[in-house]
Amino acid sequence: MKAAPFAYVRAESLDHALDLLAAYGGEAKPIAGGQSLVPMMAMRLARPALLVDINRLPALKGVAVGPRCAVMGATTRQRAVEEDAALHRAVPLLRAALAWVGHVQTRNRGTVGGSLAHADPSAELPLAACVLDATLVLQSRAGGERRLSAADFFLAPMVTAAEEAECLTAIEWPVWEGPGVACAFEEVAIRHGDFAMAAAACQIQLDADGVCRRAALGLGGVAGTPLAFPDLAAQLEGRRIHERLAQEVAEAAAARSEPGSDTHADAEYRRHLAAVLLRRVLLRAAGAPARAPI
Amino acid sequence: MLAPPSPVTVEIIVNGTPRRACVEPRTTLVDFLREHLGLTGTHIGCEHGICGACSVLLEGEPVRACCLFALQVEGLSVTTVEGLAPARGELSRLQNAFCEAHALQCGYCTPGMLIACHDLLARNPRPSEEEIREAIGGNLCRCTGYQQIVDAVKLASGQEAAHG
Ligand code: FES
Ligand code: FES
Repeated sequence: MKAAPFAYVRAESLDHALDLLAAYGGEAKPIAGGQSLVPMMAMRLARPALLVDINRLPALKGVAVGPRCAVMGATTRQRAVEEDAALHRAVPLLRAALAWVGHVQTRNRGTVGGSLAHADPSAELPLAACVLDATLVLQSRAGGERRLSAADFFLAPMVTAAEEAECLTAIEWPVWEGPGVACAFEEVAIRHGDFAMAAAACQIQLDADGVCRRAALGLGGVAGTPLAFPDLAAQLEGRRIHERLAQEVAEAAAARSEPGSDTHADAEYRRHLAAVLLRRVLLRAAGAPARAPI
Repeated sequence: MLAPPSPVTVEIIVNGTPRRACVEPRTTLVDFLREHLGLTGTHIGCEHGICGACSVLLEGEPVRACCLFALQVEGLSVTTVEGLAPARGELSRLQNAFCEAHALQCGYCTPGMLIACHDLLARNPRPSEEEIREAIGGNLCRCTGYQQIVDAVKLASGQEAAHG
């Protein structure tokens, strides 16, 4: 399958890219790694008339880890994130999520911002962004900078709050300070590297006595967007995460999911998976050796 | 409205040599290699990022050549399966191991497998069985089966293959 014809411009600066997006609006699409967009174009599910290549703009690449948050350029490669030791210490859930994303060939090329902007409801990075309540930074010629929480960014399958003339430029990942932070990510997919039939993720912080002081958790692949459950996470705080508590929280979360059915799995099975996976990640994170303090 | 796109000249360094062609913007890297340069070693399976048959090295890292437009890689260096052998008429150690361990049958997946395994061995000269399986996780083989491919990589890395 071949993509429909389009014009191509390599942006020379972010302003250049934003000018083009402002001028051509819905006809134009930014492209960076292209690992979501090019397959969509090959299947003619996407037919942009103009591709604005933002891949070589240094301003959109790289990671700066600060004490409160790690700021990541939108076109930072997934593989670079996977291999960044400082980022791993600061935001451990990212590497845990990336272990499930595609394959070496796609992670070498695919970008974090691209995966978020594509907004597949069963993709791993959008789930990580929702669980950690990451902030997405959008820029446009007319509107300047706009900052959205992940919960406000993802609206529906493949639909985000980004306007046509806006470009996702950066992602701010909250850094949890202090010792005892652990996380886990699990999913079930047809083959490893495919999008998940259901996925679960959590990041928790335990004190020296093993009591949960902070928690974040969520589910992917079981609704039109990734789901985070701050209220359920709050129920873990001040308690030890044991088998029964994990089970209760996982069941409560799965009950709020709205999975669809397809040839691979029906809704009931996906909801079942969601509960099993969430219980598993909570117990794994609670039992896993925590990382050293930042 | 945009004017209909016209073909443009693109130059890419392929197996060490700068190569140019006039292509439509929608030409993928794999079509550029096969149709414009006649380098048919790189195969096309699914054309949308599932099978890995089109894998090449871009600046030394494996990528899927069907999921890149040629224009995106202008000026960068690409290594195809044709570039893996040390010299014309010879095979690399890995390629010889593929023959030795019967790691190919129809050969459709082979160029992609070789690229993925070449990259693995460059990063990790003595990979474990699990690491080999992880490295070829993005490459589908529909006829040989994966065990002999795993064996070939072990052989190439000087390790005893588990299933001879
Ligand atoms: S042809 Fe490129 S991944 Fe299948
Ligand atoms: S050798 Fe035939 S597909 Fe792998």
